[in-house]
Amino acid sequence: MATIQQPSRTTPPGPLPQRRGRLRRIRQDWWIYLFLLPTILGYGAYTVYPLVASWWYAFLDWPGFAATGTFVGIENFERLLEDDLFWNAFWNSIVFLVVAVPLRVGLALALALVLNRAKTPFKGFFRTLFFLPVVTTGAIIGIVFTLLLDAGGPVSLAMVKSGLLDSPANFVADPDTSLYAGIAVWVWKWLGITMIYWLAALQTIPRDVHEAAMIDGAGGWREFRHVTLPLLVPFLVIITLIDTVAALNVFDLMQTLTGGGPSFSSEVIEIFIFRTAFQATVPELGYASAAAVLFGLLTMAIAVVQALGFRWARRQMGGAR
Amino acid sequence: MTPPRIETAPESGRGLAAPPAQKRSSRFLRRPRPGQTMVFVGLLVLAGLWIYPFIWLVSASLKSSSEIFGRGLNLFPEDPVWENYSQAWTEVGFDRYFLNSVLITGGTVLLIVIRSALAGYVLGRFDFIGKKPLIAVFLITFFLPEGYTIIPITQLTDQLGLLNTHLGVILGLGAGGQIASTLLYAGYFRQLPKELEECARLDGAGHFRIFFQVMFPLAWPITATVTILTFLFAWNTYLLPLVFTLSEPGLRTLAVGMTVFVGEYDTDWSGMAAAAVISLLPVIAVFVVLQRKFVDSIAGAVKQ
Repeated sequence: MATIQQPSRTTPPGPLPQRRGRLRRIRQDWWIYLFLLPTILGYGAYTVYPLVASWWYAFLDWPGFAATGTFVGIENFERLLEDDLFWNAFWNSIVFLVVAVPLRVGLALALALVLNRAKTPFKGFFRTLFFLPVVTTGAIIGIVFTLLLDAGGPVSLAMVKSGLLDSPANFVADPDTSLYAGIAVWVWKWLGITMIYWLAALQTIPRDVHEAAMIDGAGGWREFRHVTLPLLVPFLVIITLIDTVAALNVFDLMQTLTGGGPSFSSEVIEIFIFRTAFQATVPELGYASAAAVLFGLLTMAIAVVQALGFRWARRQMGGAR
Repeated sequence: MTPPRIETAPESGRGLAAPPAQKRSSRFLRRPRPGQTMVFVGLLVLAGLWIYPFIWLVSASLKSSSEIFGRGLNLFPEDPVWENYSQAWTEVGFDRYFLNSVLITGGTVLLIVIRSALAGYVLGRFDFIGKKPLIAVFLITFFLPEGYTIIPITQLTDQLGLLNTHLGVILGLGAGGQIASTLLYAGYFRQLPKELEECARLDGAGHFRIFFQVMFPLAWPITATVTILTFLFAWNTYLLPLVFTLSEPGLRTLAVGMTVFVGEYDTDWSGMAAAAVISLLPVIAVFVVLQRKFVDSIAGAVKQ
């Protein structure tokens, strides 16, 4: 990560045994560790400890906020694998990811391409406008959209008036559409930030590449397909990774928009965990932790696969140069 | 929706340039104007979809509850009902929620700026034993989802006796995670010239004075970026304050208070809209004032 800089003083060379040298260095660098102390303490307690503790909790039968749980081995995992509601939440999360991420990444790229063109007027204004929902609070946006998407709300009214719908419909309260309503709102809220990522990526393409393409007679779509797109592949991978992880963290929006309903039709894994751990009549912390552990593994696996893809893409780029 | 629109631009341009022999020069000299216009119209429609919810929200917050769903698509309230705001503010308790949000956001920003600047400084400029494992831990936990850590963090906070306090929420939000901020500081401090420290040391300054009087002030662009990103994160966060304040209504933040409002007054739509405006206004106002910095912060953070 960081390029390693030599410390300002030299470590004692020669005959001193390695061990004493290390100890001496640590003692000499005491102030460095003092600078790191807040991070090490905070990170240890609030990131590393939860990471490990979740695994331990996952093996406990732990009802509610009782002092502690009793060890039950892999029983929680066995139960989870047979729990239809867990699989329902799991597949909802996957559907969310598979539908929402390409939509967000693709639409944002299209938008960035238009806003990156010299000829598009009011670029700054449009950029601000599309970015506006990004800064808003997801939980509040979820509530606002329950009103907007209500059967008597403006979306349904406008669709009926324009003939897209026969009769007023509430997309949030319909089990067939609730998950997709969530996806639409999520894309609406977060499109702007992905657009900014893409704009930053497009800035890295030198202008003369565009000019060279023009001279070769490759305008518009062909230039995009054969010149711009290959240069954007590494960015595509990293932006997809960021957005994929984001698509797994949709608790605030989904909880307030649909609450996972109706009848669990839009319950994603996070809502399942929250419901099991904090909202059930008999909260089950161990069981919820087991679900959280599987959820964490899923996130990690996706991140690793995409990081490998990123490395591959970068190597391809290097080879091309 | 939009990708095909991009495709249509050059296609309609191709239709314009009739003889194939002139195709090349015509594309070079004359841009395909009908396509251009279509793209722009598409952009306008999309922009309308993006701004409409906000306009509707403000309009709804000034209507009476029966008017919201009773007057079709008309955005103008018959007679602005400003009481919606005062009611949400005092009776429902959004004054309290607002204060909680400010305290928690402020505390979290402070905590993250201090701890990230300190760690970023030594990580960016010095080599020490244990540096590599530390960075490895940071990278492994970079994408750790919040839903994964929430149960142990709640337990830990409970054991520390901080479950129903502002401090508990601040620590829960700011003590762990947020590695991007540390890496931003590390990247910035790394490229500052080494002479800075040498000069300061010749003047007799110790490590702490060098950091607080020379280095930290120099890093103000990063401090601004981290402050903006953390402000957004802390103001908008929901899961952790929700869980931490389940049994303590006095500690609710705006986002949590809003959802409780929905549960308790489920037909007071105009009150809900007013409360939503109150909650969103500060973050939107800060964004509008600092928008260049916002966008640069996020683009810059990604490039790193």
